Amino acid sequence: MPRFLLIVARRLLLLVPVIFLVVTFVFLLVHLVPGDPARLIVGENASQETYMDMRRRMRLDLPMHQQYLAFWRQDILTGELGRDYITNEPNIRRVMRRYPATIVLAISALLVVIVVAVPLGVTAATHRGGIVDAISSVVALLGVSLPSFALAPLLILFFSVKMRWLPVSGPGSFRHLILPAVTLGFALAAVVTRIVRSSVIEELGEDYVRTARAKGLTEARVLYKHVLKNSLIPVVTILGLQFGVLLAGAIVTEYIYSWPGIGSLLLESINQRNYSLTQSCILIISITYVLVNTGTDLLYRWLDPRIKVE
Amino acid sequence: MSRLSIAGLVIVVLLAVVALLGPIIYSWEDVTRQNLESRLETPTSSQLLGTDQLGRDVLARTLYGARVSLQVGLLVVVISASIGTTIGLISGYYGGWVDQVISGVLFNVFLAFPGVLLAIAIVAFLGASLTNLITALCVIGWVSYARLIRGQVLKVRELDFVTASRALGAGDFRIVWRHILPNSVQPLIVQASLGMAGAVLAEATLSFLGLGVPGAMPSWGKMINESREVWFSAPHLFLVPGAMIMLTVLGFNFLGDGLRDRLDPKLRR
Repeated sequence: MPRFLLIVARRLLLLVPVIFLVVTFVFLLVHLVPGDPARLIVGENASQETYMDMRRRMRLDLPMHQQYLAFWRQDILTGELGRDYITNEPNIRRVMRRYPATIVLAISALLVVIVVAVPLGVTAATHRGGIVDAISSVVALLGVSLPSFALAPLLILFFSVKMRWLPVSGPGSFRHLILPAVTLGFALAAVVTRIVRSSVIEELGEDYVRTARAKGLTEARVLYKHVLKNSLIPVVTILGLQFGVLLAGAIVTEYIYSWPGIGSLLLESINQRNYSLTQSCILIISITYVLVNTGTDLLYRWLDPRIKVE
Repeated sequence: MSRLSIAGLVIVVLLAVVALLGPIIYSWEDVTRQNLESRLETPTSSQLLGTDQLGRDVLARTLYGARVSLQVGLLVVVISASIGTTIGLISGYYGGWVDQVISGVLFNVFLAFPGVLLAIAIVAFLGASLTNLITALCVIGWVSYARLIRGQVLKVRELDFVTASRALGAGDFRIVWRHILPNSVQPLIVQASLGMAGAVLAEATLSFLGLGVPGAMPSWGKMINESREVWFSAPHLFLVPGAMIMLTVLGFNFLGDGLRDRLDPKLRR
């Protein structure tokens, strides 16, 4: 066990430079703005006083290195992530009001993936060349090529407009969550189905399966007791690594369904030229992504002790 | 060649033809002319795919959309493959601290952001324009080429013919140019085809979010977004561009997969 703790410690230590660089990158973003960002925010007709005030708020009156230090000291280390240019509210509050909705959406999408991909993948593997296998390979093709913003209107058209089973958009009850979760999870479900399939096929060829069968276990018991456990290990990794992709995909899904998450907040902030809020959203999504990836890596090592660490 | 890769090749060639035909059949005027009196019309003989929410010809916009998609995709693939190859070569060939900085730090920073988020971030601050869109897609695109080439270099560098070449007095540049690069071309072509699919999808996504192709220029992603209000009364406005995106992505994916199977004899069954 201490060996595993050592791995955890090492992995967490690796986070430090990555997070440092992510913060630095997010800081630099505002310097990508062509021209004068403060002028863009206050507009051409603003008085000199308003303009200078905005420059001060954005710290553009300071030399670059002082801006960077102040970014760390006043925005990052205080946890405020900067303040709103107009209301002076710390950005972290607005971001955190929206954050839960995105996490709920992403986790629901992940559940859709598991519920669809595992049974479908196992069936496709045990009945290779059958109907389910054929369907799953067609769905896999759709998954990689059909963008969510083309899938979503199809889903809404059928389930909301024609059948009137589900609401078109917006937050609210569990029923409001179904279409966004399916939209977000679809592409990943298609890919994971194929991974489950090939993983199960591979495990079915292992010696322990022959042993299990030889000692007279039923096929169902072999499959669910032995094969599934082992074949889901790579699936866990994929799901963890793809969680970040779901976070990015949530930006599109939230926009389509007017889902009040951090993705739609990001787009709103971009449209309003609220640079500091945009930076906060990008920072929080990226940090979540990095943390989830690290967590997945550790979980994977814990699940499969065969993985050697150098 | 496998049936799928032939299908991919056919789709890609057809798309190129469609993109080239666009400006021959329709003028820019046809693409942008609005006619509020004939909005959301169903297909007629003069407007084969009907009109959109502003009365513009959907077929004309779809054909021009193919141009935008393929142009952006091609530029992104060429630029990011060139940058990625150069960086991958440097990292793999020189090794040591150069490699540590590039593969240890640079790669990880770029992989610390989900691709689309990084592109959104860049366009959000640079402003929406065609150049900025291509820049953003190259920033997220080059890493996969760099990693591929670096791995390839590490493999080829140790082979006997490279040692022999060095023993004969060949310099770094000659070894890279004559030995390492030609041995890395095949996986590069495969990656470029898959990268094309990715770039087309990313362009469509950014354009859908209003962060891609600006102004009156049509783009499939933008067409789907612009028709949001009328999706359910005029579904062809999202079905047509949606199907085009799907076909394009499938075409380049099939082609890439087919080339990989063809070029890598180890995968051939």
